[in-house]
Amino acid sequence: MTYNLILAGVGGQGILSIAFVIDQASLAEGHYFLQAEVHGMSQRGGAVQSHLRLSDTKIYSPLIPQGEADLILSVEPLEALRYFSYLKPRGTVISSRSPYLNIPDYPPLEDIYREIKKIPSSLLLEADRLAKEAGSLRAENMVVLGAASVFLPLKEENLKKFIEVLFRAKGEKVVNTNLKAFDLGRQAATGEQ
Amino acid sequence: MEKIILLGDEAVALGAIHSGLTAAYSYPGTPASEIMEFLISQSNGGKNYVAKWCVNEKVAMEEALGVSFAGRRAMVSFKHVGLNVAADPFINAAITGANGGLVVVSADDPGFHSSQNEQDSRFYADFARILAFEPANHQEAYDLTREAFDLSEKFGLPVMIRLATRLAHSRAPVEVGEARKKNQQPEYGYGPDWTLLPANACRRFQDLLQRQKQLKNYAEECPFNELSPADKGNRLGVVVSGLAFNYFREVYSRLSSRPAYLKISTYPFPEKKLLKLIEEVDEILVIEEGYPFMERFIRGVAGIPGKVIKGKMDETLPTSGELTPETVARALGLPVKTGLKTDGFQLPGRPPQLCPGCPHADTFKALNEALQGYDRGNVFSDIGCYTLGALPPYKAIQTCVCMGASVSMAKGGAEAGVYPSVAVIGDSTFAHSGITPLLDAVYSNSDLTVIILDNGTVAMTGAQPSFGTGEPLDRMLAGLGVSPEHIRVIIPLPKNHQLNTGIIKEELAYHGLSVIIVRRECVQILGDKKRS
Repeated sequence: MTYNLILAGVGGQGILSIAFVIDQASLAEGHYFLQAEVHGMSQRGGAVQSHLRLSDTKIYSPLIPQGEADLILSVEPLEALRYFSYLKPRGTVISSRSPYLNIPDYPPLEDIYREIKKIPSSLLLEADRLAKEAGSLRAENMVVLGAASVFLPLKEENLKKFIEVLFRAKGEKVVNTNLKAFDLGRQAATGEQ
Repeated sequence: MEKIILLGDEAVALGAIHSGLTAAYSYPGTPASEIMEFLISQSNGGKNYVAKWCVNEKVAMEEALGVSFAGRRAMVSFKHVGLNVAADPFINAAITGANGGLVVVSADDPGFHSSQNEQDSRFYADFARILAFEPANHQEAYDLTREAFDLSEKFGLPVMIRLATRLAHSRAPVEVGEARKKNQQPEYGYGPDWTLLPANACRRFQDLLQRQKQLKNYAEECPFNELSPADKGNRLGVVVSGLAFNYFREVYSRLSSRPAYLKISTYPFPEKKLLKLIEEVDEILVIEEGYPFMERFIRGVAGIPGKVIKGKMDETLPTSGELTPETVARALGLPVKTGLKTDGFQLPGRPPQLCPGCPHADTFKALNEALQGYDRGNVFSDIGCYTLGALPPYKAIQTCVCMGASVSMAKGGAEAGVYPSVAVIGDSTFAHSGITPLLDAVYSNSDLTVIILDNGTVAMTGAQPSFGTGEPLDRMLAGLGVSPEHIRVIIPLPKNHQLNTGIIKEELAYHGLSVIIVRRECVQILGDKKRS
């Protein structure tokens, strides 16, 4: 088993927080994993992505080969499209519906949604609404992670355990907001299936 | 053994800690910054060992050399272009030699993720005639850092560790070993050896040349340069180093008949192992991240009679950019997938940009307005978030070369008739390499306007401390001899736009040296403070 996942979004949207939770859960479950990420200049409002690979045998390439991603998980719809060339023919796309508007030539949203919906296994989440419902707009990343948890070869309880670890230092309220965001995302994905 | 998740950068840092590190020094730069970030985070406020950001890479390298002289273990880390800044002490440290273990980490950035070039640090190690390790993965990054400290003390020379972005900035589990203690009661470096008067230097250099044989023997014998035989009948031999090994191994299992390979993690290049490989094959493919360093060595001038050599130099692999699983698969004759296409959909790029509320945005707006009416001026700039001022909507700067170059280039430009000649430089970049050219400009009273963007931090690389900010910066400028009436301080806020534009105009009109300090805290730092 090798499971390849591309995390996508805009710098500042919490891609690396999603990666932290999946990395830790993978280690806890005894998987090999490799996760390549973007630091530095692009983190300033630019397109960012992380290649995350987990496997029960040793893996080598830090980059996912084209056409080999099982899942594209994006906190932003346009950014989901940017990595379609990595997706397996029967791969899954999960993305937030809410755009991050910081470029002058952002395409019409309906066009973006239409492209995503062409993928048979795709899910557009009202991540902004669900994050707000959970208690903070900043928790959109945990909403999409919750939705992805239905597909990931990792146990729900392990993912939640490391969400707690990640936010523990920021206090109980922040932990609970993020756990709730995760649950709402998971429910949204389960409801769609 | 315990397994922990580490960035490649962090694996190097932990390897150094477990080697009995006394002190580590660095200047921030992508993709090397996380080495020092990790070292600081584990230092228990400096009680366990010294871990410090320095004013620039040259200073960092020299401080590490001082630690080594004192018989203690030191590491210095920076991005590849930082090694240019540190090149003088780096090259000469191979002549003095190391006393306590001295490890130099240089992180290359193939693919230009966050850099102005793709230079390959292996050339520097070769130039200095020292050992270099090029770890392939996180485990090797940890293990080879430990090995590097031992070898530095064994051979009495600095040892380089060369990283590349995809190793520095990827995470994987690493098995870590027992930490050893710092060395106790070491002796200082031997006096005459460390005074590079020509007579001593010449003697030391002969000694360095003598030791090349030992280094070569080590590279031949060590387990990190591994020769693997081919399947029967396969006449291809692959020479592959460091990070590139992963892309090769990724596709290796797809090959119906497997080639021989020589995996390189240690330089100088193991010639005997290469000759052994050459005997068995008709064709050699060289796969390496960065410049064709090994390939040039293997090809020599005339190639190898009767053998075909492939790699970057014949464009079997791309000559620029990072390797990918696809480029390596193609080089091995394997088909690659193309993946899904979004045909007919125009996918706009999303380049990095200044944060909302960034003080630099207000500065560029005022500067652009102040420059209206001058048709032949130039704004020389520098390295930092503000380099994004070259992009729309600002289009406010016209150069970015290397740390501190804005001030010196603006002086040169002014002397060649550029007017107004403006330098735009951040506070930390000014401390790094802007002070000396400014002193030059003071001495000449150059017709130059230097704008120092003082946001109080090294913002681009994650808010490390700046050495030239606030009131000490003002005093430094006065101390350098900049005329007090032409040291102006402005606050870049939208409400001050008219005022700031006017002040910039006044100083542009002045035919002499002026420095305008533009002072407002980075919004990222401000946000962090509010949240905590």
